[in-house]
Amino acid sequence: MITLGLDIGTQRVKAVILKDGAVVSRGQAFSGFDAKKAAEEAVAQALNLANLNRQDIAYSVATGSSMENAPKTDSTVSMMGADAKAGVFFFPKARTIIDIGAEEARAIKCDEKGVMMDFVINERCAAGAGAFIESMARALEVKLEVMGPLSLKAERASPINASCVIFGESDVVSLIHRQESKPEIARAVFDAMADRISSMVHRLGVNPDVVLIGGVAKDVGFFASLKRKLGVEILVPEFPDYAGALGAALAAASRAKETQK
Amino acid sequence: MKEPSSVKDELEFWRWREYSRIVEGKQWTSKDIITAGVDVGSVGSKAAIMVNGEAYSWGITRTGSNSPESASKVLGLALQGTGLKASDLKYTVGTGYGRVNVPMANKAITEIACHAKGANYIWGPSVRTVLDVGGQDIKAIRSDETGRVVSFLMNDKCAAGTGRGMEVFADLMKIPIEEIGAISLKVDEEPPPVSCTCVAFAKTEAIGLLRKGWSKEKVLAAYTRAMAVRMANLINRVGLEKELVITGGQSKNIGIVSRIEVVLGVKCLPMPNWREKGLDPMVAGAFGAALFGKALYEKAQKS
Repeated sequence: MITLGLDIGTQRVKAVILKDGAVVSRGQAFSGFDAKKAAEEAVAQALNLANLNRQDIAYSVATGSSMENAPKTDSTVSMMGADAKAGVFFFPKARTIIDIGAEEARAIKCDEKGVMMDFVINERCAAGAGAFIESMARALEVKLEVMGPLSLKAERASPINASCVIFGESDVVSLIHRQESKPEIARAVFDAMADRISSMVHRLGVNPDVVLIGGVAKDVGFFASLKRKLGVEILVPEFPDYAGALGAALAAASRAKETQK
Repeated sequence: MKEPSSVKDELEFWRWREYSRIVEGKQWTSKDIITAGVDVGSVGSKAAIMVNGEAYSWGITRTGSNSPESASKVLGLALQGTGLKASDLKYTVGTGYGRVNVPMANKAITEIACHAKGANYIWGPSVRTVLDVGGQDIKAIRSDETGRVVSFLMNDKCAAGTGRGMEVFADLMKIPIEEIGAISLKVDEEPPPVSCTCVAFAKTEAIGLLRKGWSKEKVLAAYTRAMAVRMANLINRVGLEKELVITGGQSKNIGIVSRIEVVLGVKCLPMPNWREKGLDPMVAGAFGAALFGKALYEKAQKS
């Protein structure tokens, strides 16, 4: 059976095609101002890679913070639900899933079946999300991809205001004026963000295994800071940015089975 | 997507007026109790000189990266043209975000106490609620008829509604910050507030609205409205009791002030005519600090 999962994020739309419990292809596009068009693009890309047609898809499910802008799908699943499913699919022992996207961060507690039990969310504030790293990279005048590797060279971190992107930017500018090194400032940015995420996760309880997904999971700097802060092993799957879409595709597979009964 | 990260912008829309003022027709002698209040805020530094507890002069400047330097600079500005020297000051109180870094201060007092005291001085004993909108925080303060703090609430972890947030928006809209309030009122009908209060996200939302064809006035109205609602909520949480006044830099933003009045359904006490002869509400904290300075000086003389 072939199913489609679509994750309509604030920055990118991701699509995953699943066949009999295995990922066959992925696709993505920038959300821009027309998330619907971006979604069509991502789906076309994934279908193309898998050599499939739209009619081959038995069931489709959308998720993501802008899922109301998705093209028509058979149903939708909450972002937390999708995250939990994907986390346990990757790592069967996963009980805490941390998902950090461009504009939102959340932590989900789930059971062995990948059913969401509880969650904490950081919404409408850029300080706990990928947007924070992006802004700080801009203030430091380095590319976003460079931030992580750069931070790993630091021996210590200079404290910055992590409660707000706007205040954080001013802090970074004054650290630059004080001639702090770029690696140390980059490390400070990740430490500050990890602090925030860690306190969010602690409200839920840190139950191993801890899995990190979402676009920010690809950042080695953030990964190192969060690991240090939480003091536990953190698992990151391959293609962590597609986890939400995969969760949706998994939900599609189980719903398709139910409808077949 | 590129935006300049340094202050070397060609046009600095966020930049507000730095100035100093000497109150006309006031004299001082060496017998007077001359005190100073130095309020080093996160964005602006203010200094006030008082003679026997009456405002004599003040200055406002932007806070630099070094608090002690900013304190010296702004005090120098307030003393400029008065004939007074720093050594003539009997007592100096530091306040604000950088209050522990005011080298000439005899004592540091929180800006919450100073703003309540200063608002009481500017507007008189009928003031019961003070909204202080600073560069990096918003405080709603309840006070009694003597200007003593009864209770307060503050929001200090988010730029939404703060002066700094407004500066970022001024730059984004390419409109000088001192004109933002008036321009935000140039709409036929008040649009719905922006949905994101987070300044970083509101910027993205604003760009989207501009692309949709909204005028700058309408976008500013929607943003200013959202900020005013946020401030009104803080006032409601601390408990609104008349009379209400607004201090700090945003007290000069007519777009904010008038919308807070609409949301709360009450009028603020009229703004002093600070451009001409009145006391500047942005200096309220420094006035309060100088008044505490006088009281502390007198107490020290008695003992």
